[in-house]
Amino acid sequence: MKKKYFLNANILDPGNSLDEVGGIIINENGKIEAIGKKVNENNIPSREKYIDLKGKYIFPGLVDMRVFVGEPGYEYKENFRTLSNAALSGGVTSAVTMPNTNPIIDNVSMVDFLKRRGRDKSKINIFPTASLTKNLEGSNMTEFGLLQKKGIVGFTDGIRTIQNTRVMARIMNSAHDLSSLIIQHAEDFNLAENGMMNDGIISTKLGLQGIPDVAEKIIIERDLSLLEEYKCRYHISQISCKKSVNLIKKKKEFLKFSCGVSINNLSLNENDIGNFRTFLKLSPPLRTEEDRLSMVEGLNNKTIDVIVSDHKPEDEEQKRLTFSKAATGSSGIETLLPLSLELFHNGSVKLNTIIEALTNSPAKILKINKGNLSIGNDADFCIVDIYKPWIVKSENMFSKSKNTSIENKKLQGKVMNTFVNGEELYKI
Amino acid sequence: MASISNKAVKISQKHLLGIQDLSISDVNFILSEAKQFIKLNRSKNKKLDTLRGKTQINLFFEPSTRTQSSFELAGKRLGADVMSMNIVNSAIKKGETLIDTAMTLNAMHPNLIVIRHQDSGACNLLSQKVNCAVINAGDGRREHPTQALLDALTIIEKKGKIQGLRIAICGDILHSRVARSNIYLLNMLGAEVNIVAPTNLMPKDLEKFGINKFSDMKKGLKECDIVMMLRLQNERMNSSFLASNREYYEYYGLTPDKLDCAKSDALIMHPGPMNRGIEIDTNLADDINKSVIQEQVELGVAIRMACLKIFCD
Repeated sequence: MKKKYFLNANILDPGNSLDEVGGIIINENGKIEAIGKKVNENNIPSREKYIDLKGKYIFPGLVDMRVFVGEPGYEYKENFRTLSNAALSGGVTSAVTMPNTNPIIDNVSMVDFLKRRGRDKSKINIFPTASLTKNLEGSNMTEFGLLQKKGIVGFTDGIRTIQNTRVMARIMNSAHDLSSLIIQHAEDFNLAENGMMNDGIISTKLGLQGIPDVAEKIIIERDLSLLEEYKCRYHISQISCKKSVNLIKKKKEFLKFSCGVSINNLSLNENDIGNFRTFLKLSPPLRTEEDRLSMVEGLNNKTIDVIVSDHKPEDEEQKRLTFSKAATGSSGIETLLPLSLELFHNGSVKLNTIIEALTNSPAKILKINKGNLSIGNDADFCIVDIYKPWIVKSENMFSKSKNTSIENKKLQGKVMNTFVNGEELYKI
Repeated sequence: MASISNKAVKISQKHLLGIQDLSISDVNFILSEAKQFIKLNRSKNKKLDTLRGKTQINLFFEPSTRTQSSFELAGKRLGADVMSMNIVNSAIKKGETLIDTAMTLNAMHPNLIVIRHQDSGACNLLSQKVNCAVINAGDGRREHPTQALLDALTIIEKKGKIQGLRIAICGDILHSRVARSNIYLLNMLGAEVNIVAPTNLMPKDLEKFGINKFSDMKKGLKECDIVMMLRLQNERMNSSFLASNREYYEYYGLTPDKLDCAKSDALIMHPGPMNRGIEIDTNLADDINKSVIQEQVELGVAIRMACLKIFCD
């Protein structure tokens, strides 16, 4: 690989508190050799060709903590190759994959398969999670220690929640002993039973069974009470309501844990469901505008640590049904960054906060050396024109499934190039 | 054949999916059309040729006696060719999706599809996929527009108006599409609507619809002109909403002592089918001076004739 030089970019790397106009040099091994304002026309060999980025932004490659990939079992929805292409077009260079495949990632042999597929077919870094409990049944925990040794970065039942308090307590104890990361999808199944959307005026109007916000809060409340007794690395996958933010904010004053939010819950609310738009049937559900604003505030005051895409590809057949029968989730990895930038453009969140929640913050929670532009690290980064306007069209999407929650939405900000290990793998 | 003047169709919607979509002039137009059919239905010769050559398909995914027969009769009296699909023997039982069923039926060029479905929004989905008019005969918990229209017509026939009346809707509101459609329609027509239900059967944020909420039935019935009872939908209940039917009857069943709280000339309505002894005292249900339940069924045919005529393309 030849050395690469990029100059005159706005470099934003929250992990290194770097926010300046400068350049970046990628060495022959795809590592970052130098970065910052020192890298300019005067400091590079005159015989070298460089690319003048003229004020475009360089961000560390995004780390998306919640991605569903169809391999194995649902390759018709998404495979590692299509996922990579989708991710790269959105500036995502590292994806944490959920264990909700068929078969479920709950044993060591599955991890070997996954790592092999990920390595052979994926162009981005795949960090797999395994399930917390065998077969996602919520009763017997998986082998955290052995799975970690194989490269599992965290444990979650993905779309399912540990309902049994005793099981959860024991999971936390094991996680403490083995330094494992526990990721909880917070939803009380009894309260949420048959629920399809936020419980409120819209669900009453549409005649759909609601999911009360307290179903989320009650699990968080329980888990955090347990966490006080059984310390471990604990992360709440995604929150959706004001009640949860308020609770987490209070608990964070004396407890160490982290939490995420889906870009959907930061950008959309229950009104967007309109006339039974099944592409907006999500989990956690879209809630009220007041709840959405509390998500934005939570991100601003660091109650919320990370933004995830909650990328859940579903084929059209699963969405062309009545709302109650339609599959849950939306495809979002390629719009994660542009949709997040909307929060910057409309003045709700600082750019640095957004990028931190998409790069350094998830990497730190996962304890992986990604999401930053430190010298000597893999050159995983993206070049972004944060002002470029465009319109989301499902037919232009790279993901195998086109179930975007924001079809036809006008966005500002587009990834121009994405690099993994110094190699340009996406170019607009 | 009897004849009725064919007015130019004046309606804002292509489909009848819910009261929510209708304007007040749409509603008044449907009600005035229906009034003409009341007389016809009571006369000897009930057959018209208004919809001659038109095809109406009844697609009932849920069991129904009165609504399905009412729609079938209404179509036949207007001269349409009416086909009622038997879902039990159809491809839907073999796993066909609603959209595929819709496309299949659409290929047969019907003029009207009347649909009842257990999922809220099923009629909306269907209407996006077919070329003909879709009439909602009840979708999940969402709407049952012809029921609300026939209820309004019954009230107008009996009380002469709706504006200014106090109307109580009582019972299983949570699972009731009839309640939702009636709330929209009665509000639109100027009634004061009281909703009476145990909190477990009250949908979230219902007060935002501009109604008065009561969990005490006697308070909710105070000075009411109309008491509309709803069926307790045991088949939709997936967990413990109520302790027992016995207790429910005690607190939310319509009994003479509770009815005494309403005005002395208050009328009793029920969309049927009734659970006698659970939500309504059996003698009250049959009291011809108070109960207008049979009139509701009668006027249902007139309302459905009006809707079929107006919405048929």
